[in-house]
Amino acid sequence: MKSNYSKRKYVIISIFLVIGLVYLLRLFYIQVIEDKYILSAQNNVIRKETIYPSRGLILDRNGKVMVANHVVYDILITPNQVGRMDTLRFCNLLDITKVQFIELYKKARKYSPYKASLFVGQLSKEDFAYLQESLHEFPGFFSQKRTLRYYPYPIGALNLGDIGEVNQREIDRDNYYSSGDYIGKNGLERFYEQELRGQKGIEFVMVDVFNRKKGSYKEGKYDTLAHPGKNLFTGLDAELQAYGELLMHNKLGSIVALEPSTGEILALISSPTYDPALLVGRKRGENFNKLLNDSLKPLYNRALMATYPPGSTFKMVNALVALQENAITPDTYFSCQGKSSQPIKCTHNHMTPLSLENGIQQSCNPFFWQTFRNILNNPRYRNSHDAYEAWYNIVKSFGLGEKFNSDLMFESAGNIPSKAYYDKAYNGQWNAMTVRSLAIGQGEILITPIQLANMAAIIANRGFYYPPHLVRAIHTRENLTKSATNKKTVSVDRRHFYPLIEGMEKVAKVGGTASRASMDSIVVCGKTGTVQNPHGRDHSVFIAFAPKDNPKIAIAVIVENAGDYGGTWAAPITSLMMEKYFYREIRRKEKEKQILEADLIPK
Amino acid sequence: MRERKSIFHNLDWYLVGFYLLFVFMGLISIYAAVYNPESPSILDRSQLYGIQFVWIMSSLLLATIILMLDVKIFSSFSYLIYGVSMLMLILVLLFGKVISGSKSWFHIGGASLQPAEFAKFATNLALASFLSNLDNNLKTAKTVFIAGFILLIPTALILLQNDTGSAIVYVSFILVLYREGFSGNFLILGFVTAILFVFTLMVGKYLVLGIIAAITIVLFLITQKARKNLFTLFGLFAVIVAFVFSVDYAFENILQDHQKERIEILLGKKTDLKGAGYNVHQSLIAIGSGGFAGKGFLQGTQTKYKFVPEQSTDFIFCTVGEEWGFLGSSLFVFLYLGFLVRLLYAAERQRSAFSRIYGYGVASILFFHMAVNVGMTIGLAPVIGIPLPFFSYGGSSLWAFTILLFIFIKMDSYRLELL
Ligand SMILES: [Zn+2]
Repeated sequence: MKSNYSKRKYVIISIFLVIGLVYLLRLFYIQVIEDKYILSAQNNVIRKETIYPSRGLILDRNGKVMVANHVVYDILITPNQVGRMDTLRFCNLLDITKVQFIELYKKARKYSPYKASLFVGQLSKEDFAYLQESLHEFPGFFSQKRTLRYYPYPIGALNLGDIGEVNQREIDRDNYYSSGDYIGKNGLERFYEQELRGQKGIEFVMVDVFNRKKGSYKEGKYDTLAHPGKNLFTGLDAELQAYGELLMHNKLGSIVALEPSTGEILALISSPTYDPALLVGRKRGENFNKLLNDSLKPLYNRALMATYPPGSTFKMVNALVALQENAITPDTYFSCQGKSSQPIKCTHNHMTPLSLENGIQQSCNPFFWQTFRNILNNPRYRNSHDAYEAWYNIVKSFGLGEKFNSDLMFESAGNIPSKAYYDKAYNGQWNAMTVRSLAIGQGEILITPIQLANMAAIIANRGFYYPPHLVRAIHTRENLTKSATNKKTVSVDRRHFYPLIEGMEKVAKVGGTASRASMDSIVVCGKTGTVQNPHGRDHSVFIAFAPKDNPKIAIAVIVENAGDYGGTWAAPITSLMMEKYFYREIRRKEKEKQILEADLIPK
Repeated sequence: MRERKSIFHNLDWYLVGFYLLFVFMGLISIYAAVYNPESPSILDRSQLYGIQFVWIMSSLLLATIILMLDVKIFSSFSYLIYGVSMLMLILVLLFGKVISGSKSWFHIGGASLQPAEFAKFATNLALASFLSNLDNNLKTAKTVFIAGFILLIPTALILLQNDTGSAIVYVSFILVLYREGFSGNFLILGFVTAILFVFTLMVGKYLVLGIIAAITIVLFLITQKARKNLFTLFGLFAVIVAFVFSVDYAFENILQDHQKERIEILLGKKTDLKGAGYNVHQSLIAIGSGGFAGKGFLQGTQTKYKFVPEQSTDFIFCTVGEEWGFLGSSLFVFLYLGFLVRLLYAAERQRSAFSRIYGYGVASILFFHMAVNVGMTIGLAPVIGIPLPFFSYGGSSLWAFTILLFIFIKMDSYRLELL
């Protein structure tokens, strides 16, 4: 029997067809018109992995590695891929609390729900081994291998510098960096960042829902290789650096040792210093703040940044200017009235009158006052102001009063007062008498320890220098840096250096102002200095080079608050440094012990 | 006495052809969904596709057996089959095993059986038997009541198993009832109810009420008839107001949180990509990223790398969409519509009301499954865990749909006789 409702089949068929049509339209929309699903699918599957190149090593002059790399693992998170997981177990594996977990998660989510960011950084190989096996159980988390700095010797912290996470300003300045990357923050790490960092590589991998790698994307068509960073070959002598730091223990001050013929820095010590390993790894921030708040300022590189009136050491520059300007000759004799000398009294007892050689040996203030007065009253010039201008230009050619601009971070320029400065200060009414303290390296003149060392190197070289620099070559030993080939000549003829050096030799011999600096078989030339310190005991200064002929090392040592006369502390430290450099071992154990036991930090 | 004919005599090869095509496409899709490069053989029984292959083979055997049975037994034993099936539903409540929150599985030996799947064809047989009786007329309250009862028993039992998806399927019988004379107003009522429900949740009850009130006032002002039937008009308005408020109340207070969430996600009110929305989101990505022509067989990255959960069962359509693109998925829709229309055509040509009603039941159930399952993968239906017939992995559902379909194919081969 035919039903009366037969026509209702059309209603039912229509329902089927309408639903079918709606579905077809919907499929057309999501599959053909809308693109966002294709992007989402790629986001699901394709993971962009950064391949971090190994950072360049830093070596000393004998090939010893001073800065190396060791491997650590970062755990990264992509918040919107985090799924159901055993959070407690994850926290245990990472050694964090649940509260920390939630905080870190929120932080990452705030950065971006879609982009990967750092969750927990710098797990050691051992810690990571536990986590690695089960990492795939925690969707949204993955690991990235990276290298950290490692220091075989706990020395040279300020020279070598350190690396830390990039800040926003650094990212804005150079789009090479992205959040979580490392960058050199100080010292060589910062100056040679471009060379050390190498070139990051990018690898596109496909992952499944558990973040397990399933192979490369399109056979690595879009991948780029990582290029390792370049090594730095420094002129530092790690042993000498270490020994210098040891000698300066419990003292404030600095030691700068140069190889005169090249300008390479053999040792650059600022005391107090710290173990560079403190600024590596998870405790970096905490340790940095401790160092920053330390009252002895270990982060302050005294060797480059502290400026002092050079005291008697500057007498040699005045002598050289005087010889060059013919204001004196090696045979010029001046008299000394000892303590009753005017306008500057002498601090030593010696024969009188005396020549340049003895003047240097005895560091005779009246001798150098008269020398300086001759420079400014030189008949070559119309007046003493013009003579001062000539003095100023020669002094500047010693690299004083300006930065070397080699590869040193945060140098101070020091100060050599200009004619204009005095014109202003004295209303144009001034003469040799007015600026007489310049004769003995006091007054407005300010010099850094490294400039002082360079002064010694110039005398050792008899008239030229290479700006002091840490790195001699990059990548290969032959690939010399700009600083290593930047020879400068001072405006004093070579012949004028010889009488001066004779005097410096006498200083270090028994009877000179620094007889404590003498060594048996190597001829040391030196000059003492005392820096008047209005805040406490005077600073002890000594500059020297050795051997006298064909010098291999030039040194400046400053020991703050050491008391009168450079001979007391700076000279024996210089002497021990030289012994170390020439013989690689110390035979004068008594002398060494005396230095090591001395505690000169003001209480 | 009828002479014994070949089991292929008068067989509708279109329906058989669609069936074979679908199980084959299903197997291919499961193969792609769980493809394991270390066991590439489709016959490997350690993989889901190898097991599904066994289910398909046994289903073909089952189909053959049905075709060999005497067609009379379906009409004669329809209530008995229904009774046994209901008993199974009760037994599973007592002795069943809980799988993903639903107590709806028997464990016999190594195999699992889901009685709810088999209850569909049993209920369909019983309903067909009842409605084909000339004494029963859907214009009478008694008939409607008893028909409703036949449907309500399995629905209630399955709801008790906490298997909402399988229970909702029984809504599809409203099409059968409609075809057999049940008032069309109920169909419209259902439709209007659904619209009101969705709108109330989407735009809020006050806006909906405002719109309804505005329509009522406009009707009152512009039509003579409305003014005459003032009582009816305002009665209707009152009913709608009550409904809107009860929807709001029911949604806030009666639905469980996870149900609420699924509906909210579907309506676009919420986009939680972690919890309930995750499946749909991933499913849309998989299908949407297929593009026009698809990524190619075994090339679907979302499929291969397991981004879509339950991909071999409830979300099997994702594989089709991702690997075969719009071409493949629209072909699927066309084939399925063709299959359903062929079923209706075959149902209409039955001489016997029993087989016609049964045929409509088959078409309605399969339509509902397809609409909800595919709708959920493309974000047009809430996430209700029901399989895509002949495609989804699973022995119980494949067997049950095979039995459901082949009983009708058997009946159809006797379409010229009164059963
Ligand atoms: Zn004197």
